[in-house]
Amino acid sequence: MSEVPADLRYTKTHEWVKDNGDGTLTVGVTDHAQEALGDIVFVETPEAGRTLEADEACAVVESVKAASDIYAPLAGEVVEANAVLADTPETINTSPYEDGWIFRISPADPAAFGALLDAATYEQAVEDEED
Amino acid sequence: MGLRTPLFSEHERLGARIVAFGGWDMPLHYGSQLEEHHAVRRAAGMFDVSHMQPVDIHGAGAEAYLRHLLANDVAKLKAPGKALYTCMLNAAGGVVDDLIVYARAPGRYRAVVNAATADKDLDWMQRHAADFEVQIDRRSDLAMIAVQGPQARDKALPLLPADIHDQAGQLKPFFAAESTAWFVGRTGYTGEDGFEIMLPAEDAPGVWSALHEAGVQPCGLGARDTLRLEAGMNLYGQDMDEETGPLESGLGWTVAWEPADRDFIGRDALRRLRDSGALRSFVGLVLTGRGVIRSHQKVLFEGQAAGEITSGGFSPTLERSIALARVQAGIADHCEVEIRGKAVPARIVQPPFVRHGKARIAL
Repeated sequence: MSEVPADLRYTKTHEWVKDNGDGTLTVGVTDHAQEALGDIVFVETPEAGRTLEADEACAVVESVKAASDIYAPLAGEVVEANAVLADTPETINTSPYEDGWIFRISPADPAAFGALLDAATYEQAVEDEED
Repeated sequence: MGLRTPLFSEHERLGARIVAFGGWDMPLHYGSQLEEHHAVRRAAGMFDVSHMQPVDIHGAGAEAYLRHLLANDVAKLKAPGKALYTCMLNAAGGVVDDLIVYARAPGRYRAVVNAATADKDLDWMQRHAADFEVQIDRRSDLAMIAVQGPQARDKALPLLPADIHDQAGQLKPFFAAESTAWFVGRTGYTGEDGFEIMLPAEDAPGVWSALHEAGVQPCGLGARDTLRLEAGMNLYGQDMDEETGPLESGLGWTVAWEPADRDFIGRDALRRLRDSGALRSFVGLVLTGRGVIRSHQKVLFEGQAAGEITSGGFSPTLERSIALARVQAGIADHCEVEIRGKAVPARIVQPPFVRHGKARIAL
């Protein structure tokens, strides 16, 4: 069973979102997602300053198998992308919730974070998907 | 649920991720496709290829039959055990399937065809057998394990039965040996040395676990695909199919035009295409920009659409993206691949990309 940290929020499309407490949120893909993707060999991250709509395709994770879009969990402006992923994309496989984060966003509506899935709901969504 | 090979429970025990492939439930990987790929390039890996279909072709008319059925010429197989790679064409010069055929003895051949096309192939083979004294037997009773890599033969040889061990040890590349029940070819689909072992289904799990204990890495279809792509080997249904034949798929070398009076299926259509001068080229690409090439992406030359990717992916050995592509004749050196709306620069090269663990193209 894949890891689903209780202190993060989630989307049905397998992104996780962390509240950094400084008005920014960090976004990555879940352990379940990296496992399903397989070995990751390339990541295209959004540029800092880019404005994102909620659910907009804003990054691409390519594994040995296929390319997968990453969607913005909420609307906002990209603050920073994880530069480490350019040379070591496999960091997402080895550390999906820590070193393998994809981008930081300053949300347009700070309340949108609370509307994302909590860990238990996400876990249930993954289980339902596997049935 | 799909069909299961005699090794299915081994795959489950090893924690394989199972996927549907050509009607079969097959292992995609056992944890890391990249590690499996590297194991084959650097040491030894094994693949369950029992979904592929051995077909025995016997009879006084077997040679004449296969010389009509196949675009390559089995008359080239002078020595017993010699293997030949060939396309089986339709009348329009498209590919029904690609296959390996082994000459076993006068009037005795064994072909190995693809899993997804096996029913269609057998039907096609039977339909063209009427005028020949030949018997065609599908050998669904056999399992098949490919052991590949620089250490593959050393690891596999001690596990072969005594009655085939010595012969198998002396095989030259692209030859096969056989005993009553086993058939061992020094062939493969990875660009590395190794064996493809056909054996009775009930013997397969024991051999598989013994190979595993000997340190041979189980490998899934994922690694099989990146290995064959690096080796510049075609995949049926992707690089060629019933519409696109060997001359536009880099397989011109497998078409035996001589002797000129050999009447094989598809010959007239191929000749017309060859003489038309309208042939597209089949090339290798190495992406110089960032990203991963995938099949069906567009190839651009000087800003114009110039062809299509037939197989693309990430090369673990070269650590960049490579591809096979069908492009208009005359484009050379540099092109671009359209990846998600962006034109990404690539270099045109001659496959293979990798053979025997080493890069075969300048990076």
